Amino acid sequence: MQSLGNFKLPQFFNYPPYFTLQPVRETREKQIQLWKELILDYCRSQKIFIIGMEEEFPLFVNPVIDRSLSYESREQFLNVLVSEGLLKRAEWMDKGRKKCLILWLRIQDWADCILNFVRENGLENSVMTVEEIRSGMESRGTELQGIDRGVLMRALRLLEQKGKVAIFKGSSADDEGVKFSA
Amino acid sequence: MNGRWLPAANLTASGRPMFLPGEIERALVSKVDLEVEENPGLAPLRAGLLSLTTHRLIWIEESSNSGYCIPLASLIRPYPPKKSIRSMFHSPRIHIQVKASASGRIAEEGPKSEMITLVLRDKCDPDGFHAKLVEVWRSRSWEVNQRRSDVERLDSREGGAGSGHGSNSSVISTPVVGVSGLLMKEQEKWESTDKSLQEAFQDLNALMGKAKEMVMLAEKMRAKLLSGSSAQVNTANDEELGSKQEIQDWFLSVGIVSPVTKESAGALYHQELSRQLADFVGRPLNEAGGMIALIEVYYLFNRARGTELISPDDLLQACALWEKIDVSVMLRRFDSGVMVIQDKVHSDKEVFERIKSMALKPEALRQGVSPTDAAMTLGIAPALAKEYLLAAENEGLLCRDVSPEGFRFYLNLFREIDPRCMYSVERSGLFRSWLSATAVAS
Repeated sequence: MQSLGNFKLPQFFNYPPYFTLQPVRETREKQIQLWKELILDYCRSQKIFIIGMEEEFPLFVNPVIDRSLSYESREQFLNVLVSEGLLKRAEWMDKGRKKCLILWLRIQDWADCILNFVRENGLENSVMTVEEIRSGMESRGTELQGIDRGVLMRALRLLEQKGKVAIFKGSSADDEGVKFSA
Repeated sequence: MNGRWLPAANLTASGRPMFLPGEIERALVSKVDLEVEENPGLAPLRAGLLSLTTHRLIWIEESSNSGYCIPLASLIRPYPPKKSIRSMFHSPRIHIQVKASASGRIAEEGPKSEMITLVLRDKCDPDGFHAKLVEVWRSRSWEVNQRRSDVERLDSREGGAGSGHGSNSSVISTPVVGVSGLLMKEQEKWESTDKSLQEAFQDLNALMGKAKEMVMLAEKMRAKLLSGSSAQVNTANDEELGSKQEIQDWFLSVGIVSPVTKESAGALYHQELSRQLADFVGRPLNEAGGMIALIEVYYLFNRARGTELISPDDLLQACALWEKIDVSVMLRRFDSGVMVIQDKVHSDKEVFERIKSMALKPEALRQGVSPTDAAMTLGIAPALAKEYLLAAENEGLLCRDVSPEGFRFYLNLFREIDPRCMYSVERSGLFRSWLSATAVAS
């Protein structure tokens, strides 16, 4: 089966109707399910956080069968991810629905991730910059590596509310620091 | 059954009478009883459909699809409906005296006679019916054909068909004076007017008879063409095919000799039209592969009728009535509004089975099915094929694929895939068939 980068695509990716929004409700619901899972899986593996509607996204194009998802279909599938209530897997970043934030891990999950990271590296009571959390030595090889900055901030703010961290302005204008509590 | 004292009348599959050569229906009344008051041994027939034709009175029982007839040749005399105070409250009755055989069965020739009462229980015009009965009885159409073939054999022509066999009046003109003489004169005057009127009608009947002849001639030619084509050398092949097609079209258009008209059937118009339509539509249906667009039937049916065209509304109502009677055809409405007449044998289920097997072929698994492909495989028009593909899609049998290359349908594999194990080879046989078909290409 083909792959996109190092991501192995499922076999039905070559099924032409997969790329046409199905009118029949039952069929469409199944189709939506499959696209939803595929989008999340792909983004997780490639650490993609944002899908732009105006940009080309390799998952939405299949050159082998010469098919691609229309704008409308893409919007529909992403909408499904957005609107799934508590299981919020995506958010529209703007009113115009041009950019979609993919939460293949929810903010809550990211927060847990950070806590694990702190524990495993013995970072209690220490301070780190936000940028270091994203790209520092400790985070290499973990899920935190390369995390979207916006997502990270939201996770940190969630932890701040719970009293697990404290965020403060750093030395440089645009970087913030984080103090991990005990 | 009850009507054993009458000769049987054959009916078509849809309940219309099978007409004899040259027989034309002239009136149709429902809820008619046939009784023989003076002979309780002959069981009465209740609430049937009575069809007056040029040759017979046909009584049809719709529930059992059986028919009986009184040949007009057996009619001795018809009596007009009585006008009395009592008759105002009862259903109108027409009495006819007919010949019967020694055993009591009604027959064209026989020593005995019976008085049959036609009880018209439905709203109708009894006087009108009686007038028509008298007219057809006097014109003796059943003898016209017989005599014409006699004449042709002898190779001489009598002056006008039907002359000299006009009135069957049993009034003997003896000179009588007094009141009875006056009455007799009145009677004679009436009869001579009647005779000349009926001679005028003879011409019309003769014309209708000729029309029947033309149809027979056309049928003979058609048979010859069809049999001759195999023997002939194919030199001017295209020309021949062209003219053959023309002739075939023309034959189809002279298919119907006795159209059911509003006049002859009155309130039963739609019902009888419905039956006649069901009979007619059989042949074009077969030629079209089991389904034909309603608009085409409208065109073909009206062309066959020639005059007395039906309106689109009449056609729709006639088709709608099929649900109530037991015929082998049905009207099918698609979501898009397109309507087709379908053979019940070619039910949806059967069409879907054919579509499914078509979609399972390796070629179709790889490239899908287009409406044109379906039209060729199913043997129907492309527009109809697309309707059926869309209907199959609605059932979840197919999925659509819209691309710059066009509109195609694939077998629905979405049903076979479980989102929880999307990446593994499915246990589904269908999915694996698809995989192997597509693997060969790539």
